[in-house]
Amino acid sequence: MADEVKLFGMWASPYSRRVQLALKLKGIPYEYIEEDLSNKSSLLLKYNPVHQKIPVLVHNGKPIAESLVILEYIDETWRNNPVLLPQDPFERSMARFWAKFIDEKILITARKVSFNTGKEQEQAIEELTEQLKLLENELKGKPYFAGEAIGYLDIVVANFLVFWFRNLQEALGINMFTQEKFPIIFEWIKKLIKINVVEECRIPKERHLIYIRTRLEALKSASK
Amino acid sequence: MEGEVVLLDFWPSMFGMRTRIALAEKQIKYEYREEDLRNKSALLLQMNPVHKKIPVLIHNGKPICESLIQVQYIDEVWNDRAPLLPPNPYQRATARFWADFVDKKIYDLGGKLWRTKGEEQEAAKKELIECLKLLEGQLGDNPYFGGKDFGFLDVALVPFYCWFYTYEKFGRFSIEAECPKLIAWAKRCMQKESVAKSLADQEKIYDFVLHLKKALGIE
Repeated sequence: MADEVKLFGMWASPYSRRVQLALKLKGIPYEYIEEDLSNKSSLLLKYNPVHQKIPVLVHNGKPIAESLVILEYIDETWRNNPVLLPQDPFERSMARFWAKFIDEKILITARKVSFNTGKEQEQAIEELTEQLKLLENELKGKPYFAGEAIGYLDIVVANFLVFWFRNLQEALGINMFTQEKFPIIFEWIKKLIKINVVEECRIPKERHLIYIRTRLEALKSASK
Repeated sequence: MEGEVVLLDFWPSMFGMRTRIALAEKQIKYEYREEDLRNKSALLLQMNPVHKKIPVLIHNGKPICESLIQVQYIDEVWNDRAPLLPPNPYQRATARFWADFVDKKIYDLGGKLWRTKGEEQEAAKKELIECLKLLEGQLGDNPYFGGKDFGFLDVALVPFYCWFYTYEKFGRFSIEAECPKLIAWAKRCMQKESVAKSLADQEKIYDFVLHLKKALGIE
């Protein structure tokens, strides 16, 4: 029986893109369904009634929600290379820890950077810089976060930093994420973008800049 | 396989209780160290520099932080007994999804019940009941969330049971009246030694929260 894999996603979402990257790295054929988040499809609401969010992976009719849960599901179901999570339980726990740190801390601080100006923005930038430095530390002595080859944590970091945040900082007119400040991460990025599917999964920059600017404007006028 | 296992914890923490339950399920001998959260030990700060929080599991000198990550680590290292996650990837994903749901919802909503009053408290109560009902729905006709056997999601949720008394007193409602199946499940879990020994006494938790409110200056 052929596998039927569908991904409900949104083009500008780093969470959605991380699942796409995992599927492409593993060479898993899938059907992509773009969701309009202002008008969610009845299928999405049926497949993720609890959170009503993307991404949702549907494998042979069975839905899985929450991007990190989906990544582990993909790795456990399609055991071919690249194996995404480390084999060693301690290394696995570290990968999960840092992925959680990105989703629960870094992304929140990044939002604070977006939604604030002046002193509050400066403080948020400082906080984000510290958090990114902690993350960069995990790369020391390794070509990839996962070790010798791209893996789970690389996928999570790539989608946040390489695809999403760099566009965000450009749209905001700030320049905190630089090669000078984060030499090790920038070395890693150079390696990463040489991988074809990584480039394929990038959020299209110009469209993303417009999208971010439009959203920020809408939020500013809403708060007035 | 065992090596040296240390758990840095704080007795009322539902998160610490998860790890205690997992260690007990696997019958792992470990050293329990109580942390004073107003005066965190050098070891805690060294082992969890990023969050400086408990619980921290230290295995052969290496720290594992975040309770659900600890439970999975314990399940993977001591994989020859009392499995917590099932072998089927879809069932594993379902258990992880709902454990994540517990993390995202129950702690904060429960906290609002004793930290806030009036409309905010009422809204939190309403949402908490909805979330507990959703979880109750996942049980179906099974004795445990893990199916026939006690598993990952049971470990993730059952520690909140000793906090229900506190939530009910402050929120002036009965969780059993709203979610009888869930309470039946919790009582079933409490018959397991690993759970009974790991959860704190509910009246002690209530006392703790009363003192905490005073200390934090919350009416």
